Amino acid sequence: MSTPQSAPLLEVRHLRVEFPTRRGVLTAVDDINLTIAPGEVLGVVGESGAGKSLTGAAIIGLLEPPGRIAAGEILLNGRRIDNLSYEEMRKVRGREIGAIFQDPLTSLNPLYSIGRQIIETIMTHLPVTESEARDRAIALLNEVGIPAAEKRIDHYPHQFSGGMRQRVVISLALAAQPKLIIADEPTTALDVSIQAQIISLLKKLCREHGTAVMLVTHDMGVIAETADRVAVMYSGRIAEIGPVHDVIHNPQHPYTVGLMGSIPSIGQDVERLPQIEGAMPRLNAIPQGCAFNPRCTKVFDRCRTERPDLMDAGATRASCWLHAKNKEAVHG
Amino acid sequence: MLAFVIRRLLQSVLVMLAVAFIAFSLFNFVGDPVSLMLPPEATQQDREEVRKTLGLDQPFYVQFKVFITNALQGNFGISLRLGRPVSALLAERLPATLELAFAAALIGLFIGIPMGVYTALKRESWISRALLTTSLIGVSLPNFLIGIFLILIFAVWLGWLPSFGRGDVTQIGFWTTGLLTVTGIKALVLPSITLSFYPVTLIMRLVRSEMLEVLRTDYIKFARARGLTNRSVHFGHALKNTLVPVITITGLQLGGVIAFAIVTETVFQWPGMGLLFIQAVQFADIPVMAAYLCLIGFIFVVINLIVDMLYFVVDPRLRVERPGGGGH
Ligand SMILES: Nc1ncnc2c1ncn2[C@@H]1O[C@H](COP(=O)(O)OP(=O)(O)O)[C@@H](O)[C@H]1O
Ligand code: SF4
Ligand SMILES: [Mg+2]
Repeated sequence: MSTPQSAPLLEVRHLRVEFPTRRGVLTAVDDINLTIAPGEVLGVVGESGAGKSLTGAAIIGLLEPPGRIAAGEILLNGRRIDNLSYEEMRKVRGREIGAIFQDPLTSLNPLYSIGRQIIETIMTHLPVTESEARDRAIALLNEVGIPAAEKRIDHYPHQFSGGMRQRVVISLALAAQPKLIIADEPTTALDVSIQAQIISLLKKLCREHGTAVMLVTHDMGVIAETADRVAVMYSGRIAEIGPVHDVIHNPQHPYTVGLMGSIPSIGQDVERLPQIEGAMPRLNAIPQGCAFNPRCTKVFDRCRTERPDLMDAGATRASCWLHAKNKEAVHG
Repeated sequence: MLAFVIRRLLQSVLVMLAVAFIAFSLFNFVGDPVSLMLPPEATQQDREEVRKTLGLDQPFYVQFKVFITNALQGNFGISLRLGRPVSALLAERLPATLELAFAAALIGLFIGIPMGVYTALKRESWISRALLTTSLIGVSLPNFLIGIFLILIFAVWLGWLPSFGRGDVTQIGFWTTGLLTVTGIKALVLPSITLSFYPVTLIMRLVRSEMLEVLRTDYIKFARARGLTNRSVHFGHALKNTLVPVITITGLQLGGVIAFAIVTETVFQWPGMGLLFIQAVQFADIPVMAAYLCLIGFIFVVINLIVDMLYFVVDPRLRVERPGGGGH
């Protein structure tokens, strides 16, 4: 697996997401830089609360107030989308960027048939007649593996099992042929036995459609099997980002090293570390310097005063002073 | 679904029996009907005779059976005050009350729902805040005060609308309607607005809170993520999901509105059942009171049944049997 070399489909530059509160501003996502190439799968991992979902929500323009993008830019095919009006951004959602959320079981409106929901999505974005949209919807349902799609299209969400509903959700995300899908823990709410099926379905469809995916998960096994590159998030920042093979087998950031130590399946050639001690800091108590420093086994003086940005580290990029060497920290 | 309908029908019969029992008890516990019917100088023998002709010497359950049998045939006896069959009196008054109540309920829906949607979508706007505050006043002011204020403004000061009565009515079969004449409609305005204050407020607050809840759900977030227009998200997806509780409450409110029409009818001298009932209470006209109770109970029960049936129309989860989930 190698990093695709084409011009990026999505580019996130110095993204910061804040929540103004009565006790001051909380910075939940800080200085995120990442790119996704056309057709590429970028895995995003990190503990709960690391800022993965907020990053995804910021990209599709669905941060819930008072949350807001406080700094940075988001570019899709070179066009800025973070400063679009609600109506302009609405046209991007579904059409250019699809989304799959954390709980697929509750993503469908219980009062409408799945067909109606797919058809309305298609007709919102594409210039087709209702019967063309219906044909397309049936084709999509076939594609995601719903048996007897011509009949099932008129059924309601509650008539489908969890796994089947997730397939419907995937068909909805793909309905208007977006070039990027943001899948936020698409299988967390599902039965373990179905998770692998759904992930491989998602992977297969996106490959066939040439759709890029930002796959948020805390399952490193899924990342290892699915992603081209992976971004490891910690405390609202990217700790390490790089080709999936390098990040898994030769992690450069002490946090990633710890994470990898906790995956049983890929443990053989990775230096085994005990579970990382401690917990991620709360948003109102992020330590000075490197946010990981209270838990880091390699911490040294500079870590407590200066915050490291992403810098080249082996085959990946990591935000860790261990890799500073003589170089200045580079943004990127 | 059939089993559900049968179960609900059986429940309704039980409720009606309970209501009938209470109504029936009025005869025994509110005054003695015999002394009410006879002049004070009547002898003990006269009393016994009347007792016999009225069937009051029979055991309690026999009397109750007779009461129910008569009631089922629409026979509630003779009004002590007016000397006419109670059923005929109620039938005359029923259209006035129903027209008033339905007008109030419609106002409740057509004003309450849009106001609820607006205050939910534009939560921060000053209009929303103003509506919410005003609506609080709306529920806390007694109904008769609102009626009197409206009369003062629109009937006394401005002279636009009549302050009492029903205007000219048209007879259509057994139904008298005020909806076909200008005076009839004018006369309906103030009482129906007065009576609608509570349902408007209730429906608005209900729609607002349900809507706010629905807007937080995953399927609304997902609908936005699919790029649906605001209109489709708000009115196609969100509003429809708020309708189930709104239907319930509006249905139950309709029953309440019919019952509460008593006050409004009294203030506006509206010739409906409520006014008849108030007058009956003043004269201890027990047959009228009992019949009114039964009728109101019956209306409540019927409305409840209709509301339950409406669920099936709105919510597919109740409508369709689960065909085994589909598997993978
Ligand atoms: N509405 C909000 N108000 C304040 N803080 C929030 C809000 N939503 C999320 N956060 C905080 O932002 C951080 C990142 O959240 P999130 O992106 O959901 O994490 P995750 O990586 O688990 O998806 C968390 O610490 C969370 O508490
Ligand atoms: S910067 Fe310092 S504290 Fe942070 S991860 Fe690197 S070594 Fe550890
Ligand atoms: Mg999350």
